[in-house]
Amino acid sequence: MSGFLNSSIGRKYTMALSAFFLMIFILQHFAINILSVLSPDTFNETSHFMGTNPLVQYGLQPVLLFGVVYHFVMGFVLEIKNKNARAIKYAKNNGAANSTWMSRNMIWSGGFILVFLIIHFLDFWFPEINTKYIQGDMSGLLADGEGYRYYEELVHKFEPIWRVALYCIGFVFLSLHLLHGFSSAFQSVGANNKYVKGLKGFGKAYAVLIPLGFIFIALFHHFNH
Amino acid sequence: MNLTLKIWRQKGPQDKGKMVEYKVTDISEHMSFLEMMDVLNEQLTNKGGEPVAFDHDCREGICGMCSMYINGEAHGPDRGVTTCQLHMRMFKDGDTITIEPFRAKAFPVIKDLVVDRSSFDRIQQAGGFISVNTSGNTQDANAIPIDKHAADEAMDAATCIGCGACVASCKNSSAMLFVGAKVSQYALLPQGQIEATDRVKNMVAQMDLEGFGNCTNTGACEVECPKGISLENIARMNREFFSASIKG
Repeated sequence: MSGFLNSSIGRKYTMALSAFFLMIFILQHFAINILSVLSPDTFNETSHFMGTNPLVQYGLQPVLLFGVVYHFVMGFVLEIKNKNARAIKYAKNNGAANSTWMSRNMIWSGGFILVFLIIHFLDFWFPEINTKYIQGDMSGLLADGEGYRYYEELVHKFEPIWRVALYCIGFVFLSLHLLHGFSSAFQSVGANNKYVKGLKGFGKAYAVLIPLGFIFIALFHHFNH
Repeated sequence: MNLTLKIWRQKGPQDKGKMVEYKVTDISEHMSFLEMMDVLNEQLTNKGGEPVAFDHDCREGICGMCSMYINGEAHGPDRGVTTCQLHMRMFKDGDTITIEPFRAKAFPVIKDLVVDRSSFDRIQQAGGFISVNTSGNTQDANAIPIDKHAADEAMDAATCIGCGACVASCKNSSAMLFVGAKVSQYALLPQGQIEATDRVKNMVAQMDLEGFGNCTNTGACEVECPKGISLENIARMNREFFSASIKG
């Protein structure tokens, strides 16, 4: 299998597999976040479960981190290799005549998503890790002990308009990335024939609706409080 | 029509090369693009200049020899045609046309617009064939029943003329549409099954060795392919390669 993993097609497969994992993760992330709009109590309980369950914390979380790092690192490595495959650029190139902007600029949309992800980690993930594993507070309770802290923290984060705007821009880039990435991942693992034609439509719906849903959540909490 | 041409001139493989501007006059809209190039070369020769070197052979869209990156697209702005089938009616009087060779590290420039596409030959030699005993006892091909859909898809894949427009159009200089077509035309037929595992592994290994880039599924190759080879062939090659790698 080492020959497979080092081949051009093998790299496509592993990029696609990490993409599938990330797309499923985004879907479950959205499903939990939308609970903050529908029912703050359920959002708190679900967040506490995800934040303290050993299987999620010590099983899925490391896999997720590996998936994120692998997808970004391999994406940049392949971009460099692909750039090297054409030593002299065309004096005139009409890329728009045969391909979408999204498909030609995955590295840029991916790069902006990386910047957004770093900000997102600084906002939520690192403080969470600090509270739980450095300060050792696994209770998930507010400082006064009156209920869980997750909903309060979420609402507090979306008070400044600049952060809401930043998140909205981040989700626009996520949408642009997914508009090509969703169907591209299926193509990479060989799923492109008459039986999976509907996937393209589903992929476009996913790429628009999920980021739009995240934008809605950010705006809802900003204007509702 | 009177046209301004910006053409890549390069004396040889080691020469740096540059874009040079030419004027051509009285070009008929009924001419093919290559005939227009012939007119230019006649003008240059009459003035004692060096004609522009470009690949061409059958001039009817079958051989895959003609190339050229015209106004930012392989084989020019028309669809489903090679450069020899491109007509000057696709352009307007007074247009400036930029003409470059197919650009890829695996397609080094030999001279002007002529590139070395022998990397495609080496990929074919690595596995793009079936071993048939031709000693006089060859079985009639029609004796083996083949599903009509599979036969049609294999024929569609086999229409690839190996011109390299897919590589030239791809932002990554990937050859996967070409290799996908060549793998598919055999993978779909019973005659191709015996050597299927080795074929796809050897052809992909040779493709990687030649220095082509990685496919990122932009679909530019499919749009620019003069024979309309579908991206489904790349997906089929990916499946074939995965199952071949599992088999070992």
